[in-house]
Amino acid sequence: MRGGNSSAKVFLLHIAVIGILFALNFILPEYHHGVLARVMVLSVVAMGYNMLFGYAGLLSLGHAMFFAAGLYGAGLTAYHFGWAMPAAFAAGLVSGAVLSLAIGLLALRTTGVAFMIVTMMFAQVCYLLTFYFSEWTRGDDGLVLGQETRRLFIGDFYLDLTHPATRYMAALALFSVVLLITLFIVRSAHGRVLVAIRENEERTKMLGYDTFANKLVAVVVSGVICASAGAAYALLFGYVGSSFASVQYSILPLLWVLLGGAATTLGPFVGALFMYYVVDITSSYTSAYLLIVGVALILLVLYFPKGILGTIRERWIRWLP
Amino acid sequence: MSDALTISGLNCFYGEVQVLHGLSLTLKKGEVLCLLGRNGAGKTTTLKAIMGLVPARAGSIKLGERQLTTLAAHDVPKAGVAYVPQGRRLFAEMTVAENIEIGLMTRAKGKATRDAVLDLFPLLRDRLGQRSGTLSGGEQQMLAMARALCLEPEVLLLDEPTEGLMPSMIAKIRETVAKLRERGVSTILVEQRVDAVLSVADRVTFIENGRARETVSVEALRADPAFVQRYVGVG
Repeated sequence: MRGGNSSAKVFLLHIAVIGILFALNFILPEYHHGVLARVMVLSVVAMGYNMLFGYAGLLSLGHAMFFAAGLYGAGLTAYHFGWAMPAAFAAGLVSGAVLSLAIGLLALRTTGVAFMIVTMMFAQVCYLLTFYFSEWTRGDDGLVLGQETRRLFIGDFYLDLTHPATRYMAALALFSVVLLITLFIVRSAHGRVLVAIRENEERTKMLGYDTFANKLVAVVVSGVICASAGAAYALLFGYVGSSFASVQYSILPLLWVLLGGAATTLGPFVGALFMYYVVDITSSYTSAYLLIVGVALILLVLYFPKGILGTIRERWIRWLP
Repeated sequence: MSDALTISGLNCFYGEVQVLHGLSLTLKKGEVLCLLGRNGAGKTTTLKAIMGLVPARAGSIKLGERQLTTLAAHDVPKAGVAYVPQGRRLFAEMTVAENIEIGLMTRAKGKATRDAVLDLFPLLRDRLGQRSGTLSGGEQQMLAMARALCLEPEVLLLDEPTEGLMPSMIAKIRETVAKLRERGVSTILVEQRVDAVLSVADRVTFIENGRARETVSVEALRADPAFVQRYVGVG
């Protein structure tokens, strides 16, 4: 649909972003190095959320459950059963896939506000389950994954995720893979159908598309992406707690996506980065930092109504994906 | 002429309100059948029922020998029925090319179909990169028809395609419907403009209170304008 020239530009842009993030590993001060690793992982949650909200137009308020599914899937298997990192990460992905498939089959019977409320309810159930099974999860206190759990030996090869540089590169690897997968999906036939569903579901159906099946695929892909971030978070930062399943982690990805630009591939990262630093910087000056954050968000909404990259795309760079 | 589409004893409801009462009609292969009637008579509901958007509680809708009422709504277009709804309903954020592409993706012969469709609407060739929401009303109608024709339908359902268009665009739409008939596409046209009906239709079915009251040829309608006066209230 778009020209080859535009596709090349889009691909190069994404490779350039990955390249810049790679280079930053070697030049960033320690504090920002850690922040960026965390932001990259969290922006993967936002990318997963964007797949459903930005492209398919389904507003969920329950994505914390998918993040938590990955987090606990990896964390519990590593902590209680001593699974090695790859197996624990895979367990996180499978947890996310199973949960998102089940939730999708149920929640997609609703639309609009009802979908939002149903997803929020399921997420609350998952949140409460983390307390109900506190013998395993330790509820709010959570589980701390020891250093030995976050090390991987394969022959002579040795991977230590407690080391900042390794952790950064692992976060970058996850971010890069998910970013490129997202780019591929949104430019594929399935991605175009999702946009058509967002714009007019009935019309899409009238063109011969099974909109339920397409939306279900979107929920599962979105859920697995969020779960991958959860699993990575548990293994990279070594903590698994109930707070990550709370409603806050359902609202934050929405905020990041809206700030960065819904239905833009890089918007979730830009939104997460922007939000993280606005909170970080303002909170170092005043305890009333949320007031400043609020003003910043209002200004952003006024001048960038479609999010940072969404507005840039609309006004200046039309080929931005 | 054999029958392309047959509707028999169709009952449809919105909630508990019955809107189609045993409606029956027949569309012959390669003809343009116009549905005429007052607002609320059930014309659009008939089209929606054919597409599976309004479920049929009784009766049958057959495309050739194939029963459509048992199909899921998204399978009806694949069976060979395309629908251009009132108000066009394009994907406004997508370009003209993207709108056509999305229509083509369920078809194997993408390129050939795309060329054939654009040959019907040459004006769209110059607008391929333009966002469809920024097209004029007439251009949007052409794109809506083009997108539906990407499905290579046997039967085309057009709901008030000339609504709100300027005369030159109306003439182009009529011309296109005539060309489609030459290609063997059977069309059900819901239309309020009697002049448009007379210029393009083969037969006219008058719908009143959810029932097909009478079907007459266009020649009969020309000869006796009282039909229009009786069922539409103008003439």
